[in-house]
Amino acid sequence: MAIEVQLPSQLRPFVGGAAKVSVEATSVGGLIEALATQHAGLRDRLLEPSGELRRFVRIFVNEEDIRFLQDEKTALKAGDTVAIVPAIAGG
Amino acid sequence: MSGFKELIKRVKGEIREVNVEQARAAIANGAAIVDVREADEWADGHVPGAVHISRGLLEQRIEDAVKDKAAVVVAYCAGGTRSAFAARTLAELGYTNVVSLVGGFGKWKEAGQPIVMPATLSAEQKRRYSRQLLVPEVGEAGQQRLLKSKVLLVGAGGLGSPAGLYLAAAGVGTLGLLDSDVVDVSNLQRQILHTNASVGTPKTTSGAATIRALNPDVNVVEHNLRLDSGNVMDVIAPYDVIVDGCDNFSTKYLVNDAAVLTKKTVIYGSIYRFEGQATVFTPGAGPCYRCVFPEPTPSELAPSCDEAGVLGVLPGTVGLIQATETLKVLLGRGRSLVGRLLTYDALESSYREYKLRRDPKCAVCGDAPTIREVTDLEWSCHFEPKPVPVGL
Repeated sequence: MAIEVQLPSQLRPFVGGAAKVSVEATSVGGLIEALATQHAGLRDRLLEPSGELRRFVRIFVNEEDIRFLQDEKTALKAGDTVAIVPAIAGG
Repeated sequence: MSGFKELIKRVKGEIREVNVEQARAAIANGAAIVDVREADEWADGHVPGAVHISRGLLEQRIEDAVKDKAAVVVAYCAGGTRSAFAARTLAELGYTNVVSLVGGFGKWKEAGQPIVMPATLSAEQKRRYSRQLLVPEVGEAGQQRLLKSKVLLVGAGGLGSPAGLYLAAAGVGTLGLLDSDVVDVSNLQRQILHTNASVGTPKTTSGAATIRALNPDVNVVEHNLRLDSGNVMDVIAPYDVIVDGCDNFSTKYLVNDAAVLTKKTVIYGSIYRFEGQATVFTPGAGPCYRCVFPEPTPSELAPSCDEAGVLGVLPGTVGLIQATETLKVLLGRGRSLVGRLLTYDALESSYREYKLRRDPKCAVCGDAPTIREVTDLEWSCHFEPKPVPVGL
Protein backbone atom coordinates (compact mmCIF):
# COMPACT_ATOMS: atom_id res chain seq x y z
CA MET A 1 0.00 0.00 0.00
CA ALA A 2 1.22 3.50 -0.72
CA ILE A 3 2.69 5.40 2.23
CA GLU A 4 3.51 9.10 2.10
CA VAL A 5 7.07 9.92 3.14
CA GLN A 6 8.08 13.46 4.09
CA LEU A 7 11.68 14.22 3.22
CA PRO A 8 14.04 16.82 4.67
CA SER A 9 15.67 19.25 2.29
CA GLN A 10 19.01 17.37 2.44
CA LEU A 11 17.40 14.34 0.84
CA ARG A 12 15.19 16.05 -1.70
CA PRO A 13 17.89 16.28 -4.40
CA PHE A 14 17.91 12.45 -4.47
CA VAL A 15 14.21 12.28 -5.38
CA GLY A 16 14.16 15.03 -7.96
CA GLY A 17 13.50 17.82 -5.46
CA ALA A 18 10.15 16.57 -4.10
CA ALA A 19 9.21 17.33 -0.47
CA LYS A 20 7.31 14.06 -0.26
CA VAL A 21 7.21 10.79 -2.12
CA SER A 22 4.85 7.86 -2.10
CA VAL A 23 6.31 4.42 -1.40
CA GLU A 24 4.71 0.97 -1.40
CA ALA A 25 5.49 -0.68 1.94
CA THR A 26 3.95 -2.51 4.87
CA SER A 27 6.72 -1.86 7.39
CA VAL A 28 9.22 0.89 8.11
CA GLY A 29 12.13 -1.40 7.21
CA GLY A 30 10.50 -2.26 3.89
CA LEU A 31 9.84 1.41 3.24
CA ILE A 32 13.47 2.42 3.84
CA GLU A 33 14.71 -0.42 1.65
CA ALA A 34 12.30 0.57 -1.13
CA LEU A 35 13.39 4.22 -0.89
CA ALA A 36 17.07 3.24 -0.94
CA THR A 37 16.54 0.99 -3.93
CA GLN A 38 14.46 3.44 -5.95
CA HIS A 39 16.55 6.54 -5.36
CA ALA A 40 20.30 6.26 -5.86
CA GLY A 41 22.24 8.01 -3.13
CA LEU A 42 19.61 7.67 -0.39
CA ARG A 43 20.99 4.37 0.88
CA ASP A 44 24.25 5.93 2.01
CA ARG A 45 22.44 8.79 3.72
CA LEU A 46 19.93 6.63 5.59
CA LEU A 47 21.72 3.37 6.32
CA GLU A 48 25.02 2.28 7.79
CA PRO A 49 27.08 -0.06 5.60
CA SER A 50 25.77 -2.82 7.89
CA GLY A 51 22.21 -1.98 6.83
CA GLU A 52 21.25 -0.44 10.18
CA LEU A 53 19.49 2.90 10.24
CA ARG A 54 21.95 5.74 10.83
CA ARG A 55 21.87 7.12 14.37
CA PHE A 56 21.60 10.77 13.33
CA VAL A 57 18.47 10.12 11.29
CA ARG A 58 15.12 9.85 13.05
CA ILE A 59 12.11 8.18 11.48
CA PHE A 60 8.69 9.15 12.74
CA VAL A 61 5.45 7.33 11.95
CA ASN A 62 2.52 9.64 12.60
CA GLU A 63 4.68 11.88 14.85
CA GLU A 64 6.02 8.95 16.93
CA ASP A 65 9.71 7.96 16.84
CA ILE A 66 10.02 4.36 15.60
CA ARG A 67 12.55 3.68 18.37
CA PHE A 68 9.58 3.88 20.74
CA LEU A 69 7.43 1.73 18.43
CA GLN A 70 8.94 -1.43 16.92
CA ASP A 71 11.91 0.19 15.15
CA GLU A 72 12.20 -1.00 11.54
CA LYS A 73 9.60 -3.69 12.23
CA THR A 74 6.93 -1.04 12.84
CA ALA A 75 3.97 -1.97 10.66
CA LEU A 76 2.49 0.59 8.30
CA LYS A 77 -1.12 0.88 7.26
CA ALA A 78 -2.97 2.97 4.71
CA GLY A 79 -3.05 6.63 5.70
CA ASP A 80 0.12 6.52 7.83
CA THR A 81 2.61 9.31 7.33
CA VAL A 82 6.31 8.66 7.65
CA ALA A 83 8.75 11.52 8.20
CA ILE A 84 12.53 11.42 7.96
CA VAL A 85 14.14 14.01 10.25
CA PRO A 86 17.95 14.27 10.28
CA ALA A 87 20.17 16.15 12.69
CA ILE A 88 21.03 19.59 11.33
CA ALA A 89 23.44 22.07 12.81
CA GLY A 90 23.04 25.38 11.06
CA GLY A 91 22.76 28.50 13.14
CA MET B 1 -31.86 52.28 52.06
CA SER B 2 -29.03 51.37 54.31
CA GLY B 3 -25.82 53.40 54.40
CA PHE B 4 -22.22 52.23 54.29
CA LYS B 5 -22.13 51.33 57.98
CA GLU B 6 -25.10 49.02 57.66
CA LEU B 7 -23.69 47.51 54.47
CA ILE B 8 -20.25 46.68 55.90
CA LYS B 9 -21.90 45.29 59.04
CA ARG B 10 -24.08 43.02 56.93
CA VAL B 11 -21.16 41.92 54.72
CA LYS B 12 -18.98 41.14 57.72
CA GLY B 13 -21.81 39.02 59.04
CA GLU B 14 -21.82 37.00 55.82
CA ILE B 15 -18.08 36.27 55.64
CA ARG B 16 -15.46 34.72 57.88
CA GLU B 17 -12.77 36.94 59.39
CA VAL B 18 -9.46 35.88 60.89
CA ASN B 19 -6.87 37.66 63.03
CA VAL B 20 -3.16 37.85 62.20
CA GLU B 21 -2.30 34.68 64.12
CA GLN B 22 -5.04 32.68 62.40
CA ALA B 23 -4.02 34.06 59.01
CA ARG B 24 -0.42 33.12 59.66
CA ALA B 25 -1.44 29.56 60.58
CA ALA B 26 -3.63 29.25 57.47
CA ILE B 27 -0.77 30.51 55.28
CA ALA B 28 1.63 28.06 56.90
CA ASN B 29 -0.85 25.34 55.92
CA GLY B 30 -0.72 26.40 52.27
CA ALA B 31 -3.57 28.92 52.02
CA ALA B 32 -3.58 31.18 48.98
CA ILE B 33 -3.08 34.85 49.84
CA VAL B 34 -4.76 37.55 47.80
CA ASP B 35 -3.82 41.19 48.24
CA VAL B 36 -6.76 43.28 46.97
CA ARG B 37 -5.16 46.69 47.48
CA GLU B 38 -4.09 49.09 44.72
CA ALA B 39 -0.75 48.81 42.92
CA ASP B 40 0.91 51.66 44.81
CA GLU B 41 0.00 50.09 48.17
CA TRP B 42 1.34 46.71 46.99
CA ALA B 43 4.57 48.39 45.91
CA ASP B 44 5.10 49.66 49.48
CA GLY B 45 5.27 46.09 50.75
CA HIS B 46 3.09 43.00 50.97
CA VAL B 47 2.69 39.61 52.62
CA PRO B 48 5.25 37.10 51.26
CA GLY B 49 3.71 34.74 48.72
CA ALA B 50 0.64 36.92 48.12
CA VAL B 51 -0.76 37.50 44.65
CA HIS B 52 -1.82 41.02 43.88
CA ILE B 53 -5.25 41.51 42.35
CA SER B 54 -6.72 44.92 43.05
CA ARG B 55 -10.36 44.69 44.11
CA GLY B 56 -11.58 46.19 40.86
CA LEU B 57 -10.07 43.31 38.85
CA LEU B 58 -10.87 40.55 41.34
CA GLU B 59 -13.77 38.93 39.50
CA GLN B 60 -11.83 38.85 36.21
CA ARG B 61 -8.52 37.58 37.51
CA ILE B 62 -9.09 35.39 40.55
CA GLU B 63 -9.88 32.22 38.62
CA ASP B 64 -6.48 32.35 36.90
CA ALA B 65 -4.70 33.00 40.18
CA VAL B 66 -6.57 30.50 42.39
CA LYS B 67 -7.96 27.62 40.40
CA ASP B 68 -9.20 25.44 43.28
CA LYS B 69 -12.47 26.89 44.57
CA ALA B 70 -12.25 24.79 47.73
CA ALA B 71 -8.78 26.16 48.58
CA VAL B 72 -8.38 28.28 51.69
CA VAL B 73 -7.95 31.87 50.53
CA VAL B 74 -6.79 34.65 52.84
CA ALA B 75 -7.86 38.03 51.43
CA TYR B 76 -6.37 41.18 52.84
CA CYS B 77 -6.30 44.91 52.18
CA ALA B 78 -4.94 47.79 54.25
CA GLY B 79 -7.44 47.66 57.10
CA GLY B 80 -9.91 44.86 56.50
CA THR B 81 -12.81 46.61 54.79
CA ARG B 82 -12.06 46.09 51.09
CA SER B 83 -11.03 42.50 51.83
CA ALA B 84 -14.39 41.91 53.52
CA PHE B 85 -16.16 42.95 50.32
CA ALA B 86 -13.65 40.90 48.34
CA ALA B 87 -14.38 37.84 50.46
CA ARG B 88 -18.09 38.16 49.74
CA THR B 89 -17.38 38.52 46.00
CA LEU B 90 -15.21 35.39 46.06
CA ALA B 91 -18.02 33.48 47.80
CA GLU B 92 -20.38 34.61 45.05
CA LEU B 93 -17.85 33.23 42.52
CA GLY B 94 -18.01 29.86 44.23
CA TYR B 95 -14.99 29.99 46.53
CA THR B 96 -16.00 28.14 49.69
CA ASN B 97 -13.09 28.77 52.07
CA VAL B 98 -12.36 32.49 51.95
CA VAL B 99 -11.34 34.47 54.99
CA SER B 100 -10.67 38.18 55.39
CA LEU B 101 -7.81 39.45 57.55
CA VAL B 102 -9.12 41.76 60.30
CA GLY B 103 -7.02 44.90 60.44
CA GLY B 104 -5.41 44.02 57.10
CA PHE B 105 -1.79 44.63 56.20
CA GLY B 106 -1.55 47.31 58.92
CA LYS B 107 -2.17 44.79 61.70
CA TRP B 108 0.06 42.23 59.93
CA LYS B 109 2.99 44.64 59.98
CA GLU B 110 2.26 45.77 63.52
CA ALA B 111 2.40 42.16 64.67
CA GLY B 112 5.94 41.93 63.28
CA GLN B 113 5.04 39.39 60.60
CA PRO B 114 7.37 39.14 57.58
CA ILE B 115 6.74 41.43 54.62
CA VAL B 116 8.24 41.68 51.16
CA MET B 117 9.21 44.91 49.49
CA PRO B 118 8.74 44.28 45.78
CA ALA B 119 11.35 45.71 43.49
CA THR B 120 9.51 48.30 41.50
CA LEU B 121 9.84 49.32 37.90
CA SER B 122 10.99 52.83 37.20
CA ALA B 123 8.65 55.20 35.38
CA GLU B 124 10.71 54.68 32.24
CA GLN B 125 10.55 50.92 32.58
CA LYS B 126 6.78 51.12 33.01
CA ARG B 127 6.58 52.97 29.70
CA ARG B 128 9.10 50.73 27.94
CA TYR B 129 7.40 47.47 28.92
CA SER B 130 3.83 48.82 29.09
CA ARG B 131 2.51 46.58 26.31
CA GLN B 132 3.69 43.42 27.99
CA LEU B 133 2.83 44.63 31.50
CA LEU B 134 -0.74 44.67 30.21
CA VAL B 135 -0.52 40.98 29.40
CA PRO B 136 -1.78 39.18 32.53
CA GLU B 137 0.70 36.32 31.98
CA VAL B 138 3.57 38.81 32.32
CA GLY B 139 2.45 41.74 34.47
CA GLU B 140 4.78 43.59 36.80
CA ALA B 141 5.86 40.43 38.65
CA GLY B 142 6.72 38.71 35.36
CA GLN B 143 8.64 41.74 34.14
CA GLN B 144 10.64 41.79 37.36
CA ARG B 145 11.37 38.14 36.80
CA LEU B 146 12.64 38.79 33.27
CA LEU B 147 14.81 41.66 34.48
CA LYS B 148 16.41 39.30 37.01
CA SER B 149 16.91 36.51 34.45
CA LYS B 150 20.20 35.52 32.87
CA VAL B 151 20.21 33.98 29.41
CA LEU B 152 23.26 32.76 27.49
CA LEU B 153 23.11 32.98 23.71
CA VAL B 154 25.49 30.41 22.26
CA GLY B 155 26.17 31.92 18.86
CA ALA B 156 25.60 35.56 17.90
CA GLY B 157 24.76 34.63 14.31
CA GLY B 158 21.61 33.72 12.41
CA LEU B 159 19.62 32.37 15.36
CA GLY B 160 21.31 34.36 18.12
CA SER B 161 20.63 37.68 16.37
CA PRO B 162 16.82 37.64 16.35
CA ALA B 163 16.65 35.78 19.67
CA GLY B 164 19.06 38.26 21.27
CA LEU B 165 17.30 41.33 19.92
CA TYR B 166 13.84 40.25 21.08
CA LEU B 167 15.00 38.96 24.46
CA ALA B 168 16.78 42.28 24.97
CA ALA B 169 13.70 44.22 23.90
CA ALA B 170 11.57 42.17 26.31
CA GLY B 171 13.86 43.16 29.17
CA VAL B 172 15.77 39.99 29.97
CA GLY B 173 18.19 41.55 32.44
CA THR B 174 21.40 39.72 31.61
CA LEU B 175 22.27 38.42 28.15
CA GLY B 176 25.49 36.53 27.57
CA LEU B 177 26.69 36.71 23.96
CA LEU B 178 29.04 33.91 23.04
CA ASP B 179 30.82 33.77 19.68
CA SER B 180 34.41 33.58 18.53
CA ASP B 181 33.89 34.91 15.01
CA VAL B 182 34.24 38.33 13.50
CA VAL B 183 31.49 39.87 11.39
CA ASP B 184 31.77 39.08 7.70
CA VAL B 185 29.76 40.84 5.04
CA SER B 186 28.21 37.49 4.06
CA ASN B 187 26.68 37.30 7.56
CA LEU B 188 24.57 40.40 7.09
CA GLN B 189 21.99 38.65 4.91
CA ARG B 190 20.57 37.14 8.13
CA GLN B 191 22.59 38.09 11.23
CA ILE B 192 20.68 41.23 12.07
CA LEU B 193 22.58 42.03 15.27
CA HIS B 194 25.38 43.25 13.03
CA THR B 195 25.70 46.05 10.49
CA ASN B 196 27.91 47.06 7.61
CA ALA B 197 29.91 49.22 9.99
CA SER B 198 30.76 46.24 12.19
CA VAL B 199 32.30 44.08 9.45
CA GLY B 200 35.69 42.90 10.74
CA THR B 201 34.89 43.40 14.42
CA PRO B 202 34.13 40.54 16.85
CA LYS B 203 30.50 39.46 16.76
CA THR B 204 30.31 39.79 20.54
CA THR B 205 31.43 43.45 20.41
CA SER B 206 29.11 44.25 17.54
CA GLY B 207 26.12 42.39 19.03
CA ALA B 208 26.63 43.87 22.48
CA ALA B 209 26.65 47.40 21.03
CA THR B 210 23.40 46.76 19.15
CA ILE B 211 21.69 45.35 22.25
CA ARG B 212 22.88 48.20 24.48
CA ALA B 213 21.54 50.70 21.96
CA LEU B 214 18.19 48.90 21.95
CA ASN B 215 17.71 48.54 25.70
CA PRO B 216 19.97 50.05 28.37
CA ASP B 217 18.32 47.82 31.01
CA VAL B 218 20.19 44.83 29.63
CA ASN B 219 23.54 43.86 31.06
CA VAL B 220 25.37 42.30 28.10
CA VAL B 221 28.22 39.93 28.92
CA GLU B 222 30.60 39.29 26.04
CA HIS B 223 32.13 35.83 25.70
CA ASN B 224 34.47 36.17 22.74
CA LEU B 225 35.54 32.53 22.71
CA ARG B 226 34.82 29.10 21.33
CA LEU B 227 33.25 26.71 23.82
CA ASP B 228 35.30 23.68 24.72
CA SER B 229 35.36 21.12 27.50
CA GLY B 230 37.77 23.29 29.48
CA ASN B 231 35.63 26.43 29.64
CA VAL B 232 32.01 25.36 29.14
CA MET B 233 31.15 24.67 32.79
CA ASP B 234 32.48 28.03 33.98
CA VAL B 235 30.85 29.93 31.12
CA ILE B 236 27.35 28.52 31.62
CA ALA B 237 27.41 28.52 35.44
CA PRO B 238 25.82 31.96 36.01
CA TYR B 239 22.98 31.51 33.50
CA ASP B 240 19.39 30.35 34.00
CA VAL B 241 18.72 29.29 30.41
CA ILE B 242 20.91 28.59 27.37
CA VAL B 243 19.77 29.43 23.85
CA ASP B 244 21.55 27.09 21.46
CA GLY B 245 22.05 29.01 18.25
CA CYS B 246 25.42 27.52 17.39
CA ASP B 247 26.38 26.34 13.93
CA ASN B 248 28.18 23.05 14.50
CA PHE B 249 27.55 19.63 15.98
CA SER B 250 30.52 19.57 18.34
CA THR B 251 29.22 22.63 20.22
CA LYS B 252 25.65 21.25 20.24
CA TYR B 253 26.79 18.07 21.99
CA LEU B 254 29.07 19.98 24.34
CA VAL B 255 26.30 22.41 25.34
CA ASN B 256 23.86 19.53 25.76
CA ASP B 257 26.13 17.50 28.00
CA ALA B 258 27.11 20.50 30.13
CA ALA B 259 23.46 21.52 30.48
CA VAL B 260 22.35 18.02 31.49
CA LEU B 261 25.15 17.80 34.06
CA THR B 262 24.15 21.17 35.54
CA LYS B 263 20.38 20.72 35.05
CA LYS B 264 19.95 23.80 32.87
CA THR B 265 17.34 24.23 30.19
CA VAL B 266 18.54 24.51 26.58
CA ILE B 267 16.36 26.19 24.00
CA TYR B 268 17.42 24.33 20.88
CA GLY B 269 17.24 25.65 17.34
CA SER B 270 18.83 24.62 14.09
CA ILE B 271 18.46 25.57 10.45
CA TYR B 272 19.33 24.21 7.04
CA ARG B 273 18.52 25.97 3.78
CA PHE B 274 14.79 26.60 4.23
CA GLU B 275 14.07 24.21 7.09
CA GLY B 276 14.29 24.77 10.80
CA GLN B 277 13.97 22.73 13.99
CA ALA B 278 13.24 23.90 17.51
CA THR B 279 12.57 22.29 20.85
CA VAL B 280 13.23 22.75 24.56
CA PHE B 281 15.48 20.39 26.50
CA THR B 282 14.81 20.56 30.24
CA PRO B 283 16.77 17.95 32.22
CA GLY B 284 14.39 15.90 34.32
CA ALA B 285 11.31 17.02 32.41
CA GLY B 286 12.00 15.49 29.01
CA PRO B 287 14.67 14.23 26.66
CA CYS B 288 18.04 15.80 25.89
CA TYR B 289 19.71 16.29 22.51
CA ARG B 290 21.51 12.94 22.79
CA CYS B 291 18.21 11.15 23.42
CA VAL B 292 17.09 12.38 20.02
CA PHE B 293 20.38 12.13 18.15
CA PRO B 294 22.67 9.76 20.08
CA GLU B 295 25.62 10.34 17.76
CA PRO B 296 26.85 13.26 15.71
CA THR B 297 26.58 13.13 11.95
CA PRO B 298 29.97 12.14 10.50
CA SER B 299 31.44 15.11 8.71
CA GLU B 300 31.43 13.43 5.29
CA LEU B 301 27.65 13.03 5.57
CA ALA B 302 26.91 16.43 7.07
CA PRO B 303 26.07 18.45 4.00
CA SER B 304 26.18 21.50 6.23
CA CYS B 305 29.97 21.51 6.01
CA ASP B 306 30.43 22.45 2.41
CA GLU B 307 27.28 22.56 0.32
CA ALA B 308 24.76 24.24 2.60
CA GLY B 309 23.00 27.53 2.26
CA VAL B 310 20.22 29.25 4.15
CA LEU B 311 17.34 31.48 3.26
CA GLY B 312 18.14 34.69 5.16
CA VAL B 313 14.72 35.03 6.79
CA LEU B 314 14.62 31.44 8.06
CA PRO B 315 16.81 31.98 11.15
CA GLY B 316 14.51 34.91 11.95
CA THR B 317 11.53 32.58 12.25
CA VAL B 318 13.40 29.87 14.14
CA GLY B 319 15.31 32.30 16.38
CA LEU B 320 12.02 33.92 17.39
CA ILE B 321 10.48 30.56 18.23
CA GLN B 322 13.52 30.12 20.50
CA ALA B 323 13.06 33.59 22.01
CA THR B 324 9.38 32.87 22.63
CA GLU B 325 10.15 29.55 24.32
CA THR B 326 12.83 31.27 26.41
CA LEU B 327 10.37 33.88 27.70
CA LYS B 328 7.80 31.18 28.49
CA VAL B 329 10.37 29.16 30.42
CA LEU B 330 11.57 32.23 32.35
CA LEU B 331 8.01 33.30 33.16
CA GLY B 332 6.84 29.76 33.90
CA ARG B 333 3.90 30.29 31.56
CA GLY B 334 2.22 28.23 28.86
CA ARG B 335 3.13 24.85 27.40
CA SER B 336 6.74 24.70 26.29
CA LEU B 337 8.21 22.60 23.50
CA VAL B 338 9.62 20.09 26.02
CA GLY B 339 9.11 16.66 24.44
CA ARG B 340 8.12 18.07 21.07
CA LEU B 341 10.30 18.76 18.04
CA LEU B 342 8.83 21.56 16.00
CA THR B 343 9.94 21.68 12.38
CA TYR B 344 9.29 24.54 10.00
CA ASP B 345 9.57 24.22 6.25
CA ALA B 346 9.59 27.72 4.78
CA LEU B 347 9.31 26.46 1.23
CA GLU B 348 6.18 24.44 1.98
CA SER B 349 4.90 26.90 4.63
CA SER B 350 4.35 23.99 6.97
CA TYR B 351 4.94 23.43 10.66
CA ARG B 352 5.10 19.87 11.95
CA GLU B 353 5.46 18.44 15.41
CA TYR B 354 7.11 15.17 16.45
CA LYS B 355 7.10 13.51 19.86
CA LEU B 356 10.48 13.36 21.57
CA ARG B 357 10.99 11.01 24.46
CA ARG B 358 13.73 10.59 27.02
CA ASP B 359 15.81 7.56 26.10
CA PRO B 360 16.49 5.41 29.20
CA LYS B 361 19.66 4.28 27.39
CA CYS B 362 20.85 7.87 26.74
CA ALA B 363 24.59 8.19 27.38
CA VAL B 364 24.23 11.42 29.34
CA CYS B 365 20.70 11.59 30.83
CA GLY B 366 19.72 7.90 30.76
CA ASP B 367 19.28 5.54 33.68
CA ALA B 368 22.95 4.45 33.61
CA PRO B 369 24.80 7.39 32.08
CA THR B 370 28.30 6.77 30.73
CA ILE B 371 29.04 10.47 30.19
CA ARG B 372 29.77 12.03 33.58
CA GLU B 373 31.88 14.95 32.46
CA VAL B 374 32.17 17.04 29.32
CA THR B 375 34.58 16.05 26.57
CA ASP B 376 35.38 17.56 23.21
CA LEU B 377 34.29 15.76 20.07
CA GLU B 378 37.25 14.78 17.95
CA TRP B 379 35.97 16.29 14.79
CA SER B 380 34.39 19.63 14.12
CA CYS B 381 32.21 20.67 11.28
CA HIS B 382 32.03 24.38 10.92
CA PHE B 383 28.87 25.36 9.16
CA GLU B 384 28.92 28.74 7.50
CA PRO B 385 25.77 28.87 5.37
CA LYS B 386 26.09 30.41 1.96
CA PRO B 387 23.31 32.47 0.39
CA VAL B 388 20.61 30.47 -1.32
CA PRO B 389 21.05 30.59 -5.09
CA VAL B 390 18.75 32.97 -6.93
CA GLY B 391 15.73 31.20 -8.35
CA LEU B 392 15.18 28.84 -5.44
